[in-house]
Amino acid sequence: MDSNSIGVLMTCPMSPPYLEQELDRRYRLLRFWKFPQKSELLKPHSQEIRAVVGNATIGANAELIDALPKLEIVSSYSVGLDKIDLAKCKERGIKVTYTPDLITDDAADLGIALILAVLRKICGCDLFVRRGLWKNGDFQLTSKFTGKSVGIIGLGRIGTAIAKRAEAFDCPISYYSRSEKADTNYKYYPSVIDLASNCQILVVACSLTPETRHIINREVIDALGPKGVLINIGRGPHVDEAELVSALVEGRLGGAGLDVFENEPEAPEELFGLDNVVLLPHVGSGTIETRTAMADLVLGNLEAHFLNKPLLTPVV
Amino acid sequence: MAQIHTNQTLSVNLPEVLVLGPPSIFRIYEKHLSQKFMLLKPWESPIPLEEFLSIHAQNTTAVLTSSVVAYLSSALRLLPSVRLVVTSSVGLDHIDLKECRRRGISVAYAPSVFSADVANLAVGLWVDVLRKISAANCFLKTGLWPVKGDYPLATKLGGKRVGIIGLGRIGREVAKRLEAFGSKISYQSREKKPSVSYPFYTDVCELASNSDVLIICCALNDQTYHLINREVLQALGRQGVIINAARGAIIDEKALVQFLQEGKIAGAGLDVFEHEPNVPEELLELDNVVFSPHSAVFTEESCKDLYDLVVGNLKAFFSNKPLLSPVQFDDFMR
Repeated sequence: MDSNSIGVLMTCPMSPPYLEQELDRRYRLLRFWKFPQKSELLKPHSQEIRAVVGNATIGANAELIDALPKLEIVSSYSVGLDKIDLAKCKERGIKVTYTPDLITDDAADLGIALILAVLRKICGCDLFVRRGLWKNGDFQLTSKFTGKSVGIIGLGRIGTAIAKRAEAFDCPISYYSRSEKADTNYKYYPSVIDLASNCQILVVACSLTPETRHIINREVIDALGPKGVLINIGRGPHVDEAELVSALVEGRLGGAGLDVFENEPEAPEELFGLDNVVLLPHVGSGTIETRTAMADLVLGNLEAHFLNKPLLTPVV
Repeated sequence: MAQIHTNQTLSVNLPEVLVLGPPSIFRIYEKHLSQKFMLLKPWESPIPLEEFLSIHAQNTTAVLTSSVVAYLSSALRLLPSVRLVVTSSVGLDHIDLKECRRRGISVAYAPSVFSADVANLAVGLWVDVLRKISAANCFLKTGLWPVKGDYPLATKLGGKRVGIIGLGRIGREVAKRLEAFGSKISYQSREKKPSVSYPFYTDVCELASNSDVLIICCALNDQTYHLINREVLQALGRQGVIINAARGAIIDEKALVQFLQEGKIAGAGLDVFEHEPNVPEELLELDNVVFSPHSAVFTEESCKDLYDLVVGNLKAFFSNKPLLSPVQFDDFMR
């Protein structure tokens, strides 16, 4: 079978270019973003498209799946599955693969990076020097990380990796999870409010599901309080963004480090001037090494599928 | 004359301490200190320091100094009665220890109060340089994300070879944190530490050629001045990153600037510089450098701990009790 005749739809540009280049080399690649009118692409090509490669920004929703009658597999360049209509895929017998485990370290590293950046105001320090303000006097006192209690929402692979790193900074760890984990010594709290009331740094590290949408709401933010710090390396919809913004602007929350937002690439402008808030453009897995490994996994899953071999990382 | 001393009705009973600097704890704790000690504050006087000391400090037995007092040695020469110097730092490069020992002057410092905070900042700078945190935060806050799309990819932390220069308290705290990130750790120190299993190098150049990142955690002294020179930077290489939260003069700053400008090393995270608060202008144009204004120790918590230690040392001295954190001269003079 000539794989160059297999239609593969890529939903949006993805970096590094390696993935797009390889898909183009191996398959008949259709780039969704090149068609301002989606119908322009779908009408002539819908019968050809047997695979969709999506990511955390644009996956495969019901509308797209319905428009592709020959779709056999959705191979996601992400570990998050919230942009894929899994129920629809199941209904149609469409296989779904993703890239688990690969981003665990990068995401956990970023969580700690955000904690340090917020508490020690590293970005503010950098700007202070760059703007020549050091000549007029010292920077303000910041907040020590060591010894502060870290509360983690979701103790999966990423949550555990964050805990391991925070422990090395001599921080006590607690967590909230759907159920208590037997194989850990960290303190368990049965609700997010309890966790937030009992920690100083709250980290969102769970997956996005209908149950975890807005898991960080006004009550949780109030429980965390004016000395508390919120870190979100999950998904934007984990947090009620409007409530978070007003809490930060009004000083009811001590600080925040956010890598994700409800409406990317839009981020709340009210937060841009706050030096106790660090905002990153969804770089959780944004390292060349990890993205290359993720790309290889996407390519490997597609190859396995079209050769009728077992998928490497199917979503079960 | 009353302006020189803090206004107090019971001032005659408080032990006298000459303050030079002043140390950073003054920002928050000046009032607290003046309630416990009679503080001589030369910077509040219009007369030059030498004159001030000759007039007011001839009987002063204790000096409290920060680490940025370069004129400490010449000041001490004008103080015949000094028996104690308390420095609010872990660094001792501003103190002539030989001269203090000769004159029988005890020195108290802050050996471990800051270790965690310095290690945390060094690691914070390392993470920032590799994952481009400050640069990406700036990119987003200047409205570029909707305009330019995805931020350029950074580089993974795990698996990187990290060379730590100086494995004292701070170096060991840095190593402990980096292990949790999956770093491969090696070190260079005056002598091998039997209690650690990391690969040991006697030669900094050799350490640099086998490292992706160098983190400087050693003290500044005659042996470590410009320890990081052209040769070492060359050995570190184009993909290499250097982090310095120790002392600026440990790095040949001119060489560092040149290597960064020419892309001969990949980036740097710097909390200290040779001529603070001046920072080489050429570096300000680079987005692979993260700056910090010598603030590794400046957290509220460390400030409080330092204040407690300074007061503890001064109180011990004035009541003829052993100092809490005396410098053991033999440890520092080789």
